[in-house]
Amino acid sequence: MDARTPPEATHAAEDLDIARLRHVRPRYYGRWAAVAIILAFVVFIVVSFARGNIGWETTGQYLFWPTILRGLVNTIWISIASMAAGIVLGVLCAVGRSSPNPVLRWVAMFYAWFFRGTPVILQLLIWFNLALVFPKFGIPGVWQMRTVDIITPAFAALLGLGLNEGAYISEIVRAGMLSVDRGQHEAAKSIGMSYGLALRRIIMPQAMRVVIPPLGNEFIGLLKTSSLASIIGFSDLLRSSQDLYYDSGRVIELLMVAGFWYLVVVSIASVGQMGLERRFGRGYGAVLRR
Amino acid sequence: MMRPLVSALRVGKSFAGHAALVDVTLDVTPGEVVCIIGPSGSGKTTFLRCINQLERIDAGALWVNGELTGYRHAAGALYPLNEAEISRQRRVTGMVFQRFNLFPHMTALQNVTEGPMQVLKQSAAEARAEAKRLLDRVGLSHKAQAYPAELSGGQQQRVAIARSLAMHPKLMLFDEPTSALDAELVGEVLQVMRDLAASGMTMLVVTHELGFAREVGHRVVFMDHGRVVEVGTPAEIMNDPKETRTRHFLRTVLTRSA
Repeated sequence: MDARTPPEATHAAEDLDIARLRHVRPRYYGRWAAVAIILAFVVFIVVSFARGNIGWETTGQYLFWPTILRGLVNTIWISIASMAAGIVLGVLCAVGRSSPNPVLRWVAMFYAWFFRGTPVILQLLIWFNLALVFPKFGIPGVWQMRTVDIITPAFAALLGLGLNEGAYISEIVRAGMLSVDRGQHEAAKSIGMSYGLALRRIIMPQAMRVVIPPLGNEFIGLLKTSSLASIIGFSDLLRSSQDLYYDSGRVIELLMVAGFWYLVVVSIASVGQMGLERRFGRGYGAVLRR
Repeated sequence: MMRPLVSALRVGKSFAGHAALVDVTLDVTPGEVVCIIGPSGSGKTTFLRCINQLERIDAGALWVNGELTGYRHAAGALYPLNEAEISRQRRVTGMVFQRFNLFPHMTALQNVTEGPMQVLKQSAAEARAEAKRLLDRVGLSHKAQAYPAELSGGQQQRVAIARSLAMHPKLMLFDEPTSALDAELVGEVLQVMRDLAASGMTMLVVTHELGFAREVGHRVVFMDHGRVVEVGTPAEIMNDPKETRTRHFLRTVLTRSA
């Protein structure tokens, strides 16, 4: 065959007709069936709850009840405070884990092992009952207080949740630090940076990109885990709605109120997380353009 | 003779029993461009990293800018310097890496201003003006606001050179600066290095670019198995090597690239 023959010339006329035909896009009947089934199910659930034995108007009345709002504020601040404590502890622990000093490494490992190894609820109960171990707190002869006066439910909750959170966050931060290329440390050193400065300016900002999604996950988890503090008498959102239904007997209505507020807070936190991801994603692929 | 800027005397370094550098002795005078060639694993990169103290030497002594690096001697032994002193000593040298190692979360301009602002404590305005001048010098003033991911390998390496120069080093170390680049991007980086050499910068270049070594290098060092095998002018080393190992290496490299 001559190399200069037009390629079409070797085809039969009917092939040329076929090549001219319109291309029909693929149809996905399975997807439409799935949508129909899911929609039917959603309608069923909504209708069941609407007709069920729930006084929705009671739920509405309690939505902005002062006790509920106080509980909501308590849930939010204890979560933010525990998260802040957790991040500080987590970063310290993660840096300790990568230290050349074996004692620091061991302390950091022991901390993570201890607080990840016991249930949060147990830790909360131990902090709350600390007075049983140490009735007094301070330096004998100089200044002392009764432990029960220091360890309020709120303080016990902060200690329990914060220390526990720190142990988990340390692993997240460590993973983030490991994700940063070794060449980044060397480049930072080569322009005269100390280890601390390199950590703060070069390593951590890059680790953040990897760390933010699981950290957001931790915070959302914490907003709900904080409800465990209700067992040591901390008036969080769940505890407040329980207090109200012990009085009024409207159990499900008040649980719906609590559920509603948890969803609202978690939704706001998720939006915040998206913003942070964009902030720390500077210079990377999908979010390259500001 | 001018006092050497780098003076290595019987420098040794081993990694877990493996000797990476053995008895390396070499002086580099100010303004000199020395190219180090040799097979991979010959210790060229390790030698460069020791000069910049990314590795700590464990035998011999190394002076940079007249100062004993990494150690101070007292009572018949060499005692290691602390982190802060090592950081201070490092500022005399700039280093350009094979894989660029730009900071990906910063723009080209921020990469260049980072050291001057954070380490030298220059004002933002001062650092930016200097950085713009340096980016212009490597031909990238139009990419000042680009992130590394938006730049080609050759452009990234040129920003990396500007980043090093911003610290006003007396000595520039290049660790195979073009090895990670696509063939058509090698030239632009070599041109920047050529200009830098012409400006009188003292340079120590680990490279496989024999053409660059011949054209720009004042001296060529051939290393093998952690030792300096032969030192001479580019013409001496490349046209008339004395050692069989040098001859063998040059033949392998030249037949491969032919």
